[in-house]
Amino acid sequence: MNEQSEKIDQIIEKFKNEKGTIIGLMQDIHGEYRYLPEEVLLRVSAELDIPMAKLYTLATFYKSFRLEPVGKHHVRVCIGTACHVNGATKIVETLERELGVKSGQTTEDNQFTLETVNCLGACALGPLVLVDGEYHGKIDQGKLKKLLNKYR
Amino acid sequence: MGRFRTNLLLCASTGCVSNKSLELKEAIEIELKKHSLQNEIKIILTGCNGFCANGPIMVVQPEGIFYQFLTVDDVPHLVEEHFLKGRPVEKLMYIPPKKETPVPKMSDIEFFKKQQLIALSNRGSIDPENIDEYIGKDGYRAMVKALTAMTPEEVIEEIKSSGLRGRGGAGFPTGRKWEICKNAREDEKFIICNADEGDPGAFMDRSIVESDPHCILEGMVIGAYAIGASAGFVYIRDEYPLALKRLIHAIKQAKKYGLLGKDILSTGFTFDISVNRGAGAFVCGEETSLIHSLEGNTPEPRTKPPFPAFSGYRQKPTNINNVETWANVPRIIQHGAKWYSEIGTETSKGTKVFSIVGKLKNTGLVEVPMGITMREIVFDIGGGILKDKKFKAVQIGGPSGGCIPDHLLDTPIDYESLTKAGAIMGSGGLIVMDEETCMVEVARYFLSFVQDESCGKCPPCREGTKHMLNILTEITEGRGKEEYIDLLQNMGMLIKETAICGLGNTSPNPVLTTIRYFRDEYEAHIKEKRCPARTCKTLIHYSILEDKCTGCHLCFKNCPTQAITGEVKKAHFITQQKCIKCGMCFDVCRFDAVRYE
Repeated sequence: MNEQSEKIDQIIEKFKNEKGTIIGLMQDIHGEYRYLPEEVLLRVSAELDIPMAKLYTLATFYKSFRLEPVGKHHVRVCIGTACHVNGATKIVETLERELGVKSGQTTEDNQFTLETVNCLGACALGPLVLVDGEYHGKIDQGKLKKLLNKYR
Repeated sequence: MGRFRTNLLLCASTGCVSNKSLELKEAIEIELKKHSLQNEIKIILTGCNGFCANGPIMVVQPEGIFYQFLTVDDVPHLVEEHFLKGRPVEKLMYIPPKKETPVPKMSDIEFFKKQQLIALSNRGSIDPENIDEYIGKDGYRAMVKALTAMTPEEVIEEIKSSGLRGRGGAGFPTGRKWEICKNAREDEKFIICNADEGDPGAFMDRSIVESDPHCILEGMVIGAYAIGASAGFVYIRDEYPLALKRLIHAIKQAKKYGLLGKDILSTGFTFDISVNRGAGAFVCGEETSLIHSLEGNTPEPRTKPPFPAFSGYRQKPTNINNVETWANVPRIIQHGAKWYSEIGTETSKGTKVFSIVGKLKNTGLVEVPMGITMREIVFDIGGGILKDKKFKAVQIGGPSGGCIPDHLLDTPIDYESLTKAGAIMGSGGLIVMDEETCMVEVARYFLSFVQDESCGKCPPCREGTKHMLNILTEITEGRGKEEYIDLLQNMGMLIKETAICGLGNTSPNPVLTTIRYFRDEYEAHIKEKRCPARTCKTLIHYSILEDKCTGCHLCFKNCPTQAITGEVKKAHFITQQKCIKCGMCFDVCRFDAVRYE
């Protein structure tokens, strides 16, 4: 935690020096924790004199911010149009069934967080699943099971 | 630096990287060393080649041999045969549909033949992380020309007479836009490159940034010089990590070379670019929203006027263009407005980059001259529909666009003809749909997208799209009423007239065009409770054909709800009450014994 605390100091310092945007600051924090912990936001709010309400507004408006921690593996299903017409809905349903959570939730054992994303821009490979930043294209229900087993 | 007899242009864009092109590079290096060829043959990691569906892709220069679907296992044979013995490997080449002989050269493949590259002119041919390669391809020459031999007025005049129009969607004349901003009476001005490609199913901008980041920087310097801006921003999507990395790298290199920053090329002109990451909000595609986001606020649009050209970032005159527009600028300045305006149609000059995806054989990224027909894109470049199914429509323009049906396939593509057909040029996402795509469901998909992304500021978009979505959901679930079609049309027209921003105004387009061209599908859902494309789950059911089922038991094993019963080697049966219509049995059956209707 101490190490992370120092990182937060650096992020706040960088923001002060470079006159960056609040969104950039929040993205840096998000990069550190993979979500925005309440205590960190409170600290940012106090040190930089930004109302907590403003931080909360931004955190809930923008899709890339999460207020809950992510599980060990972050599974994101692309639901852009190209993936959609090639069966992304089925992929989401299968994952929800297999993992026993709804999109946006984390499994009880904290192993997987399932999310949908509007487009990853790799449309020629749809349907597409991103696990911990690794792309898996042209996926189907059969391949999905194997993929999950790899991370289980 | 030694000279190499052969260059291997290996695609390292998001698509090919996800298909393991980086592992491929390592394997090739090892194999080249084994044959002591490392000083004769050079591997260059390039940006997107465009033919993403067949990746990983490697083009061998100078011969221009095109290899596709490469795997690490292919490497030893490939290196030995082609690079040592000089015999290109046929089995790794492209074979056109329904043909048997491979096409060795990239320039002979249909997918590439009808393309004309301007914005993408360096794609797949240079290393995007090496500024010297960009410069080697005449990069930054246009900037030198503009800064040293042209006045800002002459630059604007050149862009105006080239006929370039905004490639982000609306198609406003770029030169005119620059001129308005230039003439705004303020000392401090800004320019912005919109790389927040929020349109789902499109990746033109990602691809340009990944394969040729310097052309955007060069375009922006030229624009800044013409307008008189001292600072610029690139607002880039957070979902594009590779593009972001390459862009930041390119800015660093350009600064080091004195092509960006203080006193560029000792001309006295100073201009700097900073990068801002988007945070996942579709509405940022709207100019005023994007500016609000840059200022660190929630990206809610505001009414225009005042236009950003008068009051934009920090209330200063601001000019926003999207990635593809900026990418065209250096080429126009270098080759001249006359050259550019000779390409395209009367009202739409130059080329347009499209991502062609969906139910298509050759999916990927293409750049074609304006005026080409949709039929040429779908059937010549795209190679036709997957599994030779029947074409139904092309969706163009994303959530703000519309569908082009079969009978309009021969219309030449330009801004006006697409608007007339009820669609828009948009940023260039083309999604091809076949007979198995339900148009009501597609309309529902886009509205659920808009509803999810609506910023909530104005009621027509926030509430209107919600009600339209509810109505469409009822129709796709077989609960539609006859008056719903008229109701959808009336609500759609109302939202078009009353929403405050471009995204709200255009959000009913997918519904309105699908009603216009595919009314029969809406009626089938409402009156007959039938989904003609067999897509809407509530309206279909799965069954097993007794005469085709071999009793292999595979569906039984895979059914997640144990809805399938049957003994090995005997016909199986689906219990409808237990079936959740996931389609697993259909996907796994190897005997076409599962049917849905």
